[in-house]
Amino acid sequence: MSEQVTINVINGFYIVAAVLFILGIKFLGSPRTARKGNALSALAMLIAISATLISKEIIEFEWIILGVAIGSVIGIVLARTVQMTAMPQMVAIFNGFGGGGSALVAAAEFIRINDLVSVGELASVPKDVAAIAIFSTVLGALTLTGSLIAFGKLQGLVTTRPVLMPARNIINALLGIAIVAISVYLVFEPNNPELYALVGILAALFGILLVMPIGGADMPVVISLLNSYSGIAAAATGFVLENTILIVAGAVVGASGLILTRIMTKAMNRSLSNVMLGGFGAEGSSSTGGPAAGERPYRSVTAEDTAMILGYSQSVIFVPGYGLAVAQAQHAVKELAGLLQERGISVKYAIHPVAGRMPGHMNVLLAEADVPYDQLMDLDQSNPEFERTDVAVVIGANDVINPAARTDPESPIYGMPILNVDSARQVVVLKRSMAVGFSGIDNDLFYLDNTSMYFGDAKKSVQDLVGELRQLD
Amino acid sequence: MKGLQVADPLLISVLIFVIAIFVGYELITKVPPTLHTPLMSGSNAISGIIVIGAIVIAGQGHSSLSIVLGVIAVALATVNVVGGFLVTDRMLRMFRPRERPGSKKPDSESPK
Repeated sequence: MSEQVTINVINGFYIVAAVLFILGIKFLGSPRTARKGNALSALAMLIAISATLISKEIIEFEWIILGVAIGSVIGIVLARTVQMTAMPQMVAIFNGFGGGGSALVAAAEFIRINDLVSVGELASVPKDVAAIAIFSTVLGALTLTGSLIAFGKLQGLVTTRPVLMPARNIINALLGIAIVAISVYLVFEPNNPELYALVGILAALFGILLVMPIGGADMPVVISLLNSYSGIAAAATGFVLENTILIVAGAVVGASGLILTRIMTKAMNRSLSNVMLGGFGAEGSSSTGGPAAGERPYRSVTAEDTAMILGYSQSVIFVPGYGLAVAQAQHAVKELAGLLQERGISVKYAIHPVAGRMPGHMNVLLAEADVPYDQLMDLDQSNPEFERTDVAVVIGANDVINPAARTDPESPIYGMPILNVDSARQVVVLKRSMAVGFSGIDNDLFYLDNTSMYFGDAKKSVQDLVGELRQLD
Repeated sequence: MKGLQVADPLLISVLIFVIAIFVGYELITKVPPTLHTPLMSGSNAISGIIVIGAIVIAGQGHSSLSIVLGVIAVALATVNVVGGFLVTDRMLRMFRPRERPGSKKPDSESPK
């Protein structure tokens, strides 16, 4: 094949791959077809990779094989062994790797174009190409380190509390200005590989500083945003390499991440900049006025009491939160739900969009425990249901059910859409202690007349409930 | 290219980019919240498409620096692709419409 024919064949395959990617995402839109959709996307990837390998530009395969082998082994091991509760950090780290890949590819291409200029094959480095390559490296490097910090926070290696450096806004601003200034200089004076490396390193540093001040419960926003960045970085590299499939796939991922980011910030009633500036919940527990937590009267119940409440009700809604994930209580909850259903009690689950540490986190955990997805309700479906429900059982959720979001304009979470569990006839809250939630504010729900507090580790508490319920009759 | 009024390739790329954003937006807004995690990890795997750029860089044998950068990029992106698709499949396998896997009568056990 002549070179031109080869290029056309490759691009033909790229078009097929692009169509399959888009179909794959389309099929991801329904639980019935989602698995097929993912398989289609994987097939598209395989086609794109295979097509690339016939390129005449490629003269050596051993290095490619080495890289693919290393990456495949790591990828397979991680994907097989990760626990479902650890899915947010897994997505974060994969995402970071993608971003890092984009940064390196753009850097290598930038260096290659510079070399072409120095041997006289090219007159000069095109300014648009230089600018996009730098953009891609900056965004990719920032995605890599930001994702690593997010991984560290989710894995518990880095503190989940917001870390607030003194004068961090000034430092961030200076760093941002430095990155932009060096980038602009590089566009006009491209033959400076050291400066290119410097700008990449500064961007990596920026990524760390950007995510450090963001607290654990804001991670759904961060992960969504980084997801979108990795897509945009790939698309930008596609501009540099004039490669359409990179542009298409990267743009679709970028759009996906941005949409999820918007859904998450809306569910928190906060702006993106508010989340990214960080520090939410950094002040700790003693900031609120009024009686301190623990001084107000509340009702504490035992497993036996709770089993009675549940066993003689007609309808129960479970409200899971991050505490369920931490305690790995999903299987126990499913068992409890099964027992209740055997008694003819209707069981549903109400899922807040930001419950957990990533979009859809609770849904995946409950799916793992074999809970049918048609028992899960989102925010809009749940709230009218609570009024008709006997018992709402809150498991490890706090801020997403705090009525202060509706009633207290002074509250930091005021205006956030919440699950109105307090409109159920009775509320049982499973919780470790009376400690405050991520936002550092007390929860009035715990002191309501129709609320019972059932203290303990979520998994053990639910297992005890199962035991008690078995004896009930 | 004969017979074609060739526009600036960058402009064509921008056009493709914009259209892809719109298509992506239309498709993804239809994904229900239940599937948001698989959507995220699946689209994440797709962003590993950068692997093909990395393959070209690693395979060109341009300079030892570009080979080193290329191999690292191939490895990183491959983790993203392979891990991402596998873990998404693992998650999606768990999503079931009704009670119990083998149950042939879909409505038998779920209370209405």
